[in-house]
Amino acid sequence: MIAKRVQQIPSSGIRKFFEMVIGMDDVISLGVGEPDFVTPWPVREACIYSLEKGYTSYTSNWGLQELRDEIAQAIISDYGITYSPEDQILVTTGVSEAIDLAIRAITNPGDEVIVVEPCYVSYSPCVVFAGGKPVPVATDSSNHFKVTPEQIRDKITDKTKAVVLSYPNNPTGAVMNKKDLEAIADVIVEHDLIVISDEVYDKLTYDGKHTCFASLNGMQDRTILLNGLSKAYAMTGWRIGYAASTPEIIGAMLKIHQYTMLCAPITAQMAAIEALKNGREDMLAMVKEYDRRRRLIVKGLNALGLDCIEPKGAFYAFPSIKSTGMSSEKFAEKLLKEQKVAVVPGNVFGACGEGFIRCAYATSRDVIKEALERMETFVSPKS
Amino acid sequence: MKEILEILENDARASIDEIATMTGVPKSQVEKAIKEAEDKGIIRKYKTVIDWDKAGEEYVYAIIELKVQVERGTGYDAIAERIAKFPEVVSARLISGDHDLSLLVKGKTMKDVAFFVAEKIAPLESIQGTVTHFILKTYKQDGDIFYEKEESKRLAITL
Repeated sequence: MIAKRVQQIPSSGIRKFFEMVIGMDDVISLGVGEPDFVTPWPVREACIYSLEKGYTSYTSNWGLQELRDEIAQAIISDYGITYSPEDQILVTTGVSEAIDLAIRAITNPGDEVIVVEPCYVSYSPCVVFAGGKPVPVATDSSNHFKVTPEQIRDKITDKTKAVVLSYPNNPTGAVMNKKDLEAIADVIVEHDLIVISDEVYDKLTYDGKHTCFASLNGMQDRTILLNGLSKAYAMTGWRIGYAASTPEIIGAMLKIHQYTMLCAPITAQMAAIEALKNGREDMLAMVKEYDRRRRLIVKGLNALGLDCIEPKGAFYAFPSIKSTGMSSEKFAEKLLKEQKVAVVPGNVFGACGEGFIRCAYATSRDVIKEALERMETFVSPKS
Repeated sequence: MKEILEILENDARASIDEIATMTGVPKSQVEKAIKEAEDKGIIRKYKTVIDWDKAGEEYVYAIIELKVQVERGTGYDAIAERIAKFPEVVSARLISGDHDLSLLVKGKTMKDVAFFVAEKIAPLESIQGTVTHFILKTYKQDGDIFYEKEESKRLAITL
């Protein structure tokens, strides 16, 4: 009964583990992929005000003009690149929708899309849903989970259409600096490809400045830039993301969006306007706090003998658990059962994530300290 | 320095070790910076924010606004410093507007506070008038919200 394309996606084995975690009462969780902060009050307050004023309707399929203006302005001031808010920016229901739209807008049946792993879980399934073929590229910890031009070149065939990049990266915390990315850009030009660049963690960059892929020389017209407010402004539940690219690509994405989503919720769009206009200080304060926690957890994990490269972005540490001899899933399950600490097995994010676990540090310092203590008991029990 | 102070302002119990890790500043330097801030009086003291209502201890607080006849030569400082010495006075501030000084006064009962104002403050020569506002309920103090702990309602695990 079910379409083959959908059947093709294996039902996620991780579901069972997730349900175990959620069913447990006193679990200490490093497994949450979202901020522990509640959305800053001024943003919530602006949203309440919009409801009081009666803003409850549909918006333009593109999203509210004022929001697109703010987004365009933010991209200019952060990265110095200009997108017309009239036809180059589309407001979506979270970056998740934007990922789907971007892939569907450019993928023909049989097209190959290179997905750099480990990465967030939705890219490859979206390629499959679009009738394309996801081609994973494995990065490794010895290169700090950065992808190299050779690794991409190795996977390119005459069917390759696009490359999905996501830096700062979930789950590894890796970032790619300007030089790293320029080397990738050369391959993109050489093989006439499109880059789908999910930069939802851009504000959460701790050492140095984030480089927007579209800001590289000649890359703006080859990039579908995806971003949103979820991570930076602690607005995950509001579901506001956006895509920026050429009028042609954004027009194609709009076509799908208008028939499937119509528009992002107006209430959330109103809140997003306030966040972009006045939320910068709150955002920077949160980033600063993540940075402190990052240093705590990285030091703690390394002290446990779980080798962890320094994550330079997002809010995840991705330590190796290879020294324990356990698989990622085995480690996560045992840790949950014995010490009630939840982490996410690295293999969920791609085959090359095997041997690692994802520890989110978007949680209070007290929780991080408690989790590290329990993990210490787990990896080196006192006899 | 500013970052170390920010951390301590929110958590006076943060250890030197932790602060060093979180800021990436060497331990010895953190220690030195804190010592210096203490010596210079930048760090006034290490305190705990307590919700006394919750502890079942009854205290009465009142905001007292004072109109002051300024003395020649000494300005507001002389009278303010004199008033600030009373242990009942939790805080004393010079303010703009209708009144000149604003005090926060703490007592065991309303009568305590009222008598303190009537006997110690009002009779002072330069005090022209007082207004007493008893505090009925505290919603937020020193940046801490008292009425509910706001926590994210997120699931225990998400990707």
